[in-house]
Amino acid sequence: MTEEKYILSILVDNEPAVLSRITGLFSGRGYNIDSLSVAQTHDPLVSRVTMLTRGTEPILDQIKKQLNKLINVREVIDLTGMEYVQRELALIKVTAEPERRAEILRIVDIFRCQVVDVGPAHYTLAVMADEGKLTALMKLLKPMGIKEVARTGSVALSRETCPG
Amino acid sequence: MKLKGAQILMKVLQEEGVDTIFGYPGGAVIDIYDEFSKTDITHILVRHEQGAVHAADGYARAKGTVGVCLVTSGPGATNTVTGIASAYMDSIPIVVFTGQVPTSLIGNDAFQEVDIVGITRPCTKHNYLVKRTEDLGRIVKEAFHLARSGRPGPVLVDIPKDVSNGVIEYEEPTLKLNSYQPVYEPDIKSLEKLVALIKEAKKPLVLGGGGIILSNAAKEFTEFINKTQIPVTTSLMGLGAFPAPDPLWLGMIGMHGTYRANMTTGECDLMITVGARFDDRVTGKTDQFARQAKIVQIDIDPTSIQKNIPVTLPIVGDCKKTLAHLNNLLDKEDLGDLKAKRAKWFEQIDTWKEKARLSYEQKEDVIKPQYVIEKLYELTKGEAIITTEVGQNQMWAAQYYHLKQPNHFITSGGLGVMGFGLPAAIGAKAACPDQMVVDIAGDGSIQMNIQELATAIQFCLPVKIVLLNNQYLGMVRQWQELFYEKRYACTAMEYAPDFVKLAEAYGAVGLRATKPEEVESVLSEGLSNPGTVIMEFVVSREEGVYPMVPAGAAITEMLLV
Ligand SMILES: Cc1ncc(C[n+]2csc(CCOP(=O)(O)OP(=O)(O)O)c2C)c(N)n1
Repeated sequence: MTEEKYILSILVDNEPAVLSRITGLFSGRGYNIDSLSVAQTHDPLVSRVTMLTRGTEPILDQIKKQLNKLINVREVIDLTGMEYVQRELALIKVTAEPERRAEILRIVDIFRCQVVDVGPAHYTLAVMADEGKLTALMKLLKPMGIKEVARTGSVALSRETCPG
Repeated sequence: MKLKGAQILMKVLQEEGVDTIFGYPGGAVIDIYDEFSKTDITHILVRHEQGAVHAADGYARAKGTVGVCLVTSGPGATNTVTGIASAYMDSIPIVVFTGQVPTSLIGNDAFQEVDIVGITRPCTKHNYLVKRTEDLGRIVKEAFHLARSGRPGPVLVDIPKDVSNGVIEYEEPTLKLNSYQPVYEPDIKSLEKLVALIKEAKKPLVLGGGGIILSNAAKEFTEFINKTQIPVTTSLMGLGAFPAPDPLWLGMIGMHGTYRANMTTGECDLMITVGARFDDRVTGKTDQFARQAKIVQIDIDPTSIQKNIPVTLPIVGDCKKTLAHLNNLLDKEDLGDLKAKRAKWFEQIDTWKEKARLSYEQKEDVIKPQYVIEKLYELTKGEAIITTEVGQNQMWAAQYYHLKQPNHFITSGGLGVMGFGLPAAIGAKAACPDQMVVDIAGDGSIQMNIQELATAIQFCLPVKIVLLNNQYLGMVRQWQELFYEKRYACTAMEYAPDFVKLAEAYGAVGLRATKPEEVESVLSEGLSNPGTVIMEFVVSREEGVYPMVPAGAAITEMLLV
């Protein structure tokens, strides 16, 4: 069976140690976490965890059931295969030699990044994108010399279906 | 009403119907113990905290209620971990209270501080660190609710000293379990499909598990079998869910199951599984397991379904409720002459039975362990509550003590923890004082929690220990014999205490049999003695448990002797 990527949106009680219950479940059972982001929602009692994971279909099925079994998990939404919007924020510190600055700025333009910090030999770019776009950007910047990267991990929400 | 944390705990325990607690005091729980002495809850002082948890486990299983433990912080708490893990694997409802250092010291590496909530997260159904006295009542109530509902399991509540000492204005707590809603009621459409499958099947089989016992469904299960005339096997955890003397009983399934139960599994065209989770000791090689069969799995825990074995018809529901609905549906059906319909299938099963019955040869010189269990079965009329240690003793108990009733076979199935049987027996005796409770033990295992003899004596909880002494860690030795060319690395336990004297030193009775003709008299004497008794049987040293499925093989590939 082939491994697929899945994106899960998990609503949990906003309580201490809930995240460790989730990550403990994944490490204890040998499931993968590709990315993870967590923060409180508009309801202070509830947090949303967005997780990218990989596995075969039966494994994903187990993951969802095991997550649902955690007492502090309120709802597990499998966004995979649904209509959803997904964003990730990345900060990329890239080497910016004078002769390459123009090229980098062109890329910044195309990808709608922002330059958030400038130094004699570097730019720090901020970009908000989905996974595919981020990967493409990193690929283009790689030859310039990427010094550091910080990524938030994806967040996602399902799209509302239009009436009619 | 102003109440102290410790008083709130007592109040809620009493509201939850707790009358017995197994525990061990220490600095972090002194205040709780102080309140204890003012209630009529019986506290059984064990000799090791692991014993407290196994005893609570045995209590819970024998009585069908929640077992309760109380221990101190740090070492008291860490000593409970093995017991909690065992209860977790077997889905046993227990609540473990641990003391904790005051909240102001948490995280400071204070004296006897350990993050027991962190440690037990993967082996509890849920756990709590109580941060405020205001939350204590609610959390204790939630703990009991979680332990006993849905798929049961252990819940741990960690109580810092300032929380048990704090005084608050007490209000009736309301549970805050927002999304916890176990599914008890099965989907009726699926049950109708199951009825159709039953009608179609030519070679059906039922596999029962511990879920039947946990949901108190043995009556409904037996009724279902009788209605459908389907041959039945169970896992180790399911023993007693169906009366073994019944002709439809095939014996246990799995690594040391009967030949006919395993062969029936290999050949059946429909397998109806009730409250069993397809442990690898049951399935053997999974891709060879029940390959011809449509598999129906009934379980209250959705994660148990499709986890190890692909299932044709999954049914999420409580065993008792599901079987009751199923029995009602079946009452409306004309199933025809089932005996005639299944004649060929039973004939086939009988040939397997004839080919390899459970057997051993009791010669004149040495005692065979199986013989001891058979005699025990006869003398107790199969009605004792049996607890077991782990290893060969456990498997012989499962094979030769033919269980007739649920809640009478108490064994560490999933974790397989040596040292379980004696404290579990003490717990079972505390739950059912009028019943005979027998721990079937090996000489290795019994030494793991032997200190609990003192608990049995002090609290007048007389249990009987049937000790099969082969001077080996027998089950490991058996694997070495079969798969490691008899290299018995570190499994000979030739140095052991004199168990008769040991029993006497604790104030128990010690008896020993070394010859086959002494077995019956030692058993009769030990069982009729009102006190706690160790009956030691010096048995044939290299006896093996058969039949056996080698680890990783298909369950139909059995070594017969
Ligand atoms: C706590 C623990 N440690 C180790 C084991 C591994 N183990 C399984 S069976 C067994 C041998 C048990 O020996 P004994 O109690 O003498 O029983 P026998 O098999 O001889 O009946 C061992 C060491 C275990 N199950 N539990």
